[in-house]
Amino acid sequence: MMLNGAEDEEKWLAEGIAGIQHNAFYMHRALDSNNLREALKYSAQMLSELRTSKLSPHKYYDLYMRAFDELRKLEIFFKDEGKHGVSVVDLYELVQHAGNILPRLYLLCTVGSVYIKSKEAPAKEVLKDLVEMCRGVQHPLRGLFLRSYLAQVSRDKLPDIGSEYEGDADTVMDAVEFVLQNFTEMNKLWVRMQHQGPGRLREKREKERNELRDLVGKNLHVLSQIEGVDLEMYKETVLPRVLEQVVNCKDDLSQYYLMDCIIQVFPDEYHLQTLETLLGACPQLQPTVDIKTVLSRLMDRLSNYAASSADVLPEFLQVEAFAKLSNAIGKVIEAQVDMPAVGAITLYVSLLTFTLRVHPDRLDYVDLVLGACVKKLSSIPKLDDSRATKQVVALLSAPLEKYNDIVTALTLSNYPRVMDHLDNGTNKVMAMVIIQSIMKNNTCISTVDKVEVLFELIKGLIKDTDGADVDELDEEDFKDEQNAVARLIHMLYNNEPEEMLKIICTVRKHTMAGGPKRLPFTVPSLVFSALRLIRQLQGQEGDIVGEEVPATPKKIFQLLNQIIEDLSNVPSPELALRLSLQCAEAANDCDLEHVAYEFFTQAFVLYEEEIADSKAQVTAIHLIIGTLQRMNVFGVENRDTLTHKATGYSARLLKKPDQCRAVYACSHLFWVDDQDGIKDGERVLLCLKRALRIANAAQQMANVARGSSGPVTLFVEILNKYLYFFEKGNQQITGAAIQGLIELINTEKQNDSATPDSASDAFLASTMRYIQFQRQKGGIMGEKFESIKL
Amino acid sequence: MLGKLLIQDSTKASWNYLVGAFKPPCNIFISFADGRSRKQVPLKKENGKTVMVALFQSQENIVGEVVIEPIQGKKVEHNGVKIELLGQIELYFDRGNFYDFTSLVRELDVPGELYERKTYPFEFSTVEMPYESYNGVNVRLRYILKVTISRNYVSNIVEYQDFVVRNYTPPPSINNSIKMEVGIEDCLHIEFEYSKSKYHLKDVIIGKIYFLLVRIKLKNMELEIRRRESTGSGPNTYVETETLAKFELMDGAPVRGESIPIRLFLSPYELTPTYRNINNKFCVKYYLNLVLVDEEDRRYFKQQEITVYRLLET
Repeated sequence: MMLNGAEDEEKWLAEGIAGIQHNAFYMHRALDSNNLREALKYSAQMLSELRTSKLSPHKYYDLYMRAFDELRKLEIFFKDEGKHGVSVVDLYELVQHAGNILPRLYLLCTVGSVYIKSKEAPAKEVLKDLVEMCRGVQHPLRGLFLRSYLAQVSRDKLPDIGSEYEGDADTVMDAVEFVLQNFTEMNKLWVRMQHQGPGRLREKREKERNELRDLVGKNLHVLSQIEGVDLEMYKETVLPRVLEQVVNCKDDLSQYYLMDCIIQVFPDEYHLQTLETLLGACPQLQPTVDIKTVLSRLMDRLSNYAASSADVLPEFLQVEAFAKLSNAIGKVIEAQVDMPAVGAITLYVSLLTFTLRVHPDRLDYVDLVLGACVKKLSSIPKLDDSRATKQVVALLSAPLEKYNDIVTALTLSNYPRVMDHLDNGTNKVMAMVIIQSIMKNNTCISTVDKVEVLFELIKGLIKDTDGADVDELDEEDFKDEQNAVARLIHMLYNNEPEEMLKIICTVRKHTMAGGPKRLPFTVPSLVFSALRLIRQLQGQEGDIVGEEVPATPKKIFQLLNQIIEDLSNVPSPELALRLSLQCAEAANDCDLEHVAYEFFTQAFVLYEEEIADSKAQVTAIHLIIGTLQRMNVFGVENRDTLTHKATGYSARLLKKPDQCRAVYACSHLFWVDDQDGIKDGERVLLCLKRALRIANAAQQMANVARGSSGPVTLFVEILNKYLYFFEKGNQQITGAAIQGLIELINTEKQNDSATPDSASDAFLASTMRYIQFQRQKGGIMGEKFESIKL
Repeated sequence: MLGKLLIQDSTKASWNYLVGAFKPPCNIFISFADGRSRKQVPLKKENGKTVMVALFQSQENIVGEVVIEPIQGKKVEHNGVKIELLGQIELYFDRGNFYDFTSLVRELDVPGELYERKTYPFEFSTVEMPYESYNGVNVRLRYILKVTISRNYVSNIVEYQDFVVRNYTPPPSINNSIKMEVGIEDCLHIEFEYSKSKYHLKDVIIGKIYFLLVRIKLKNMELEIRRRESTGSGPNTYVETETLAKFELMDGAPVRGESIPIRLFLSPYELTPTYRNINNKFCVKYYLNLVLVDEEDRRYFKQQEITVYRLLET
């Protein structure tokens, strides 16, 4: 039976249409022959088709429209008294003789329309009578369509101001009264629809009901079109009456639709002036009404209105729009205890958007909104609704987008408190949003207070939160986050050294809590940020006069020392080593020998104790050598100690080639190509010779171990070092020595067990070409190179 | 012959036709003096045909003339000519018996012979006609003028002329509304109100129904006008009820607090005034019957008597 529902309905509709067509045919004949009696008879029969209860609203509408078209023809006939010979007053009675109410009332409305047009009675009285008589149809669907017909035929006949039907004083009131009454009755019928029929079809019924909503809403539209409805009347009559109906009907579908309708059809200006009334209705609505959307739309409209012209802004202030909206939202949330968190937060988002658009200068308002949101959030358990979380993110993002400036957000005391209510994941997302905002706008955070707040905001990224499941962390995301934090640290900057030092201390305080996984990301930024300050201080050294200047390079170095120590405890020895060397270099530039020595010590200790991997050792030793080479702050003693250590470590590397390379690199420690750099040719030669020995040993070991000697690359590399020092004028390096080395290389190459290697051959060839080139260049250098016999 | 009505009583005519193959020796015409200007109203005859007849009211003078026109070349011998004004009540279950509640006679001619057309004027002054003409289900009240030419040996020659009597009532000085609360306990409580209890024939019934409690699913509501005609008396009382109007007041199910308007025009319906007691023979009463129908087609109703009166039309 249910399966055939749709089919049956089609059949019933077809029957209804046939009935209408059949009777319309005879009605037309009667109209053509000016036979009023017949016309009334057949039109009533035609309208009887609308008495059906079998059709869904959709199909019923189809039927109604057909009848509607026919009624237009009948109306034209009614208008022409010459044709039927009955005065409109008599006609008005005559149609009321019909026994069935529905045809009777359709006919009455049709004649009523003619009656008003004839002006034989005041429009208001006819309208009043019609709207009263329509009470007879209590069937929701039929009643709705009947009243809709009434609204349709009366639309252009309301006694509005300036209308030809305008009567004496106060007739606009009558027009309004009429529409309001029709509206009220229609809404009642509409609401009643939901109680009809069996409960199991409720969903379908609600859907069908929703299709009819515009019939009801049309009345509000008509009201908004009435010229005479000025602000005063809207305020005093229209709005209170409409709201009364909305509230009293206690139906969520209707309330939602009508509230939205009110907001959409009446002018913004009216809304602004009646905010209190309009908002006052909100807490009285059913808990299931999607009030947040309604209010959001209202606020959207008002914000657009505010944006439309600067002239209207005073109006907003005058009516205290913000206070009212804020108050209303509070009340709605209070009243609707079951409203999910997402609803409440969405409301706050809307209010915030409104505030940002209408009162961009009122940060206190923004903070108020956030505060209210915090209050709401504190009353509920931690958010686990993803939609709600999304809304909180929207709430927090809005000020950032508006002001393009995190600094503004940092002044909002409730901002971090809202963030506290996010789950860990979202908290991080939000923190990222904040950082990205800073990056995008290149915002400089320049006071320690703001830095504090900022770190409070992004603390989700800075340290592990309680109960966070570490296993679930996505490595990729984590890296992105920490890189972002690292970048952020560079944005925390103040030109004033003292403040900058404080910032650094603050950043340190926060980042150091980050744990082993975070420090490797954040510490380098912090260190370099501090080094930048040192460079700055170094640059303006002359200006520092005070005795108790807090921001001195020394102090900062102490700080750095601790930071690096912390990092090395993580442990992240390689990074700590690199940073130590950086610091040492800076200390060198500041002429702080002890500090630099300390950092080197730290680097060596790290090397000794923490760096066990041979590859890492190679890298580390080269870094140490490179840095040490550039140091000029050290006295002889210190320098000797350090170079001795460096060379010592070099020779103790695991692999021979590594040893060899480290040792020849050490040669540079004794020859700094500066004006007053150390130039100890003898020790250079010692280093190189030692390197050669190691290279030889490496060849032999290779022979023994693998049956073939390695490539001659090491020798060529050493040759290049020889050439370098030769060129730089190291007396210990002679042409003959170079010549000997070249011969050695060639011998090695011809050795049976030598492995041909194109890379080393090419290296050698280009080295040889270089020598050739220097020789041919002539001049002092040419002469010098002449001594090398090839 | 403008203004004069020629009406033959069809029953009598057919009877005459059956009695003899020969026609009566003369024609009789009855006419009213003010026949031209007097209002004519339709009257339904026994054969179902409707004819227009003169309308009178009580206390009027009934003046006119009777013309007797013998058939060419025939003479009519008679024992006298008279005209009677009769008010009769005819009860159908007692067919053939007429109760004359009014009977007036005027002698028109002494016994003699008629050779040619002769005109007799007649007059009944200030005739008391307290009852209205009425054509009901079981009873008929009618007024006739009856002309009789009495003859010896052969049957009398008789001619009838119907006329209608309607009596007008001034608007009642007291006309209370009908207001009542009725219902079925815990199911349906309504309060209805008709603005008046007495209506004239072209009146409008205005009122409203207020729903105080609705716990049953109503389908619709209608207002009926019912006529109750009761004839006879004692054990021989016959009551006949007709529903003259079924007027739908409401479509669909109302909710509590709903008030439904009533506006019913009486003019389309063929009503008569209420007749309380017509010569102890019959009475006619009218009722408004409010019927509520629920979705299972159960009917709930409340009947209220109204008084209908005839208001002089201006």
